[in-house]
Amino acid sequence: MKYQPVIGLEVHVQLLTDTKIFCGCSTTFGAEPNSQTCPVCLGLPGALPVLNKKVVEFAIKAGLATNCSITPRSIFARKNYFYPDLPKGYQISQFEEPICQHGWLDIQLEGEEPKRIGITRIHMEEDAGKLVHGELSGPGDGSGVDLNRACTPLLEVVSEPDLRSSDEAVSYLKQLHQIVTWLGLCDGNMEEGSFRCDANVSVMPVGAEKYGTRAEIKNVNSFKFVKQAIEYEIQRQIDLIEDGGTVVQETRLYDPNSGKTRSMRSKEEAHDYRYFPDPDLVPLVIGPEWVERSRSELPELPEQRQQRFMADLGLPEYDAQVLTASRGVADYFEAGVAAHGNAKAVGNWIMGEITRGLNDNGLGIDACPVTPGQLAELLKLIDKGTISGKIAKTVFDEMWRSGKSPESIVAEQGLVQVSDTGAIEGIIDEIMAANAGQVEEYRGGKEKVFGFFVGQVMKASKGKANPAVVNDLLLNKLRG
Amino acid sequence: MKITVADVEHVARLARLELTPAEKELFAGQMASILGYVDTLKSVNTDGVVPTSHAVPMENAFRDDVVRPSIGVEKALANAPDRSGSFYAVPKVIE
Repeated sequence: MKYQPVIGLEVHVQLLTDTKIFCGCSTTFGAEPNSQTCPVCLGLPGALPVLNKKVVEFAIKAGLATNCSITPRSIFARKNYFYPDLPKGYQISQFEEPICQHGWLDIQLEGEEPKRIGITRIHMEEDAGKLVHGELSGPGDGSGVDLNRACTPLLEVVSEPDLRSSDEAVSYLKQLHQIVTWLGLCDGNMEEGSFRCDANVSVMPVGAEKYGTRAEIKNVNSFKFVKQAIEYEIQRQIDLIEDGGTVVQETRLYDPNSGKTRSMRSKEEAHDYRYFPDPDLVPLVIGPEWVERSRSELPELPEQRQQRFMADLGLPEYDAQVLTASRGVADYFEAGVAAHGNAKAVGNWIMGEITRGLNDNGLGIDACPVTPGQLAELLKLIDKGTISGKIAKTVFDEMWRSGKSPESIVAEQGLVQVSDTGAIEGIIDEIMAANAGQVEEYRGGKEKVFGFFVGQVMKASKGKANPAVVNDLLLNKLRG
Repeated sequence: MKITVADVEHVARLARLELTPAEKELFAGQMASILGYVDTLKSVNTDGVVPTSHAVPMENAFRDDVVRPSIGVEKALANAPDRSGSFYAVPKVIE
């Protein structure tokens, strides 16, 4: 029998606020355990949580960027369960009336039609603390609890079960990741858990209408692992059904070392969260003015910017896509175009030398040592014929190292391109004299040898001869 | 409304409470009486009444995203039954 996978994703997005969602403790990463805590995030009796307004602003922006409607009146709820990293015995979340509902993202796989993936809801909630095992200084083999992370603001983005393959799931996830980092809501670091994904996976016979029983795969921390975990889980469920078994609803953990998922909690410990409205937090009312103000503050989104790069700047689709991979790259590109004018040339340098330099040094575009203005100056030197494209790469490397302007590097190192025909003719004559055999070959019809001469001339001029002039002069002289 | 001992046991388990058989019987009766009162309330016509989530007529209480001093590790751990360095120490949690 053929099976159809059905996948929905729940993504936790850690927000880039300075303070926690319900108290003024700092959210800075890496502080001494329990040093960023107060009665509210420790869950001490009598403490009163107060909502961080920036979390609401961020949630509205995330909702608008994913085509959600913003709920006019939303409330917070207590989700009750016991775990050592949850000091209050409940997590403050949203259950009924989440802040954003009914959104969507369009994904497009290579060679396929665009497909709309529904977003059921986005809600605000607090994170739990962190448990550490086996690294305690004290006696015993217990676990340690660090509550610095407790009460850190999260958005949970829940998709509809509209995804039908691991590739669709990854495509949706990448798009969501691009949007939240683009909006500056989240640093997007999956390894450190700032953007984490749970996948609900089930399978059903092709053509069936009723979904199969789903398993939830927890906290998969890279795009690659999401794909692997979903593929493993699909196959596991198909094998199970084929062998006459039944899939049980459970939470499973993905192990990147084995590439497998394994059952995490026993099924009899079914959760009963007993959600109820949190009386400590008053309702959140968001009127149309607030929504419209947020909408007007939204930056141009990746998809729109990509379309504009294609329509206004004449970029091919692929280039436009690469140059809008992040907001920083798109901003760099536009600054470069503003300073130079030739979008294709600026784009090529960003996708080539700059990307290579950043990757080799493990840097983001924000830390690029060459500014868009400096890149434009370099390209102008090529346009004017002062340096060749090949020499430009040497100049670029030096700009990267020293931060100097391209003009001063060209002047200091004497890299100015030689276009003077007399000087180049002199070099050509010498090389032809030294390689009489190859000259005969060329004249005998072996035109391939031409490349050899170009190479020799460029080498003799230390790369500084103007290649176009070299070509012209060589042709003339070789033809005799 | 009938509340069985099994209902009490379920709720007690969720709340991590250990009850004696006598307590289970006692609480089953008390909970039944509370829920019975809710049944009485249900007989009121509430058409057009918005469900109450909060008792105070207030909305949009916010704070700005400005860091305020935390209380410090020593105070945070002062009431902990056990600690290890700057961590709360708890029995080993196995995932």
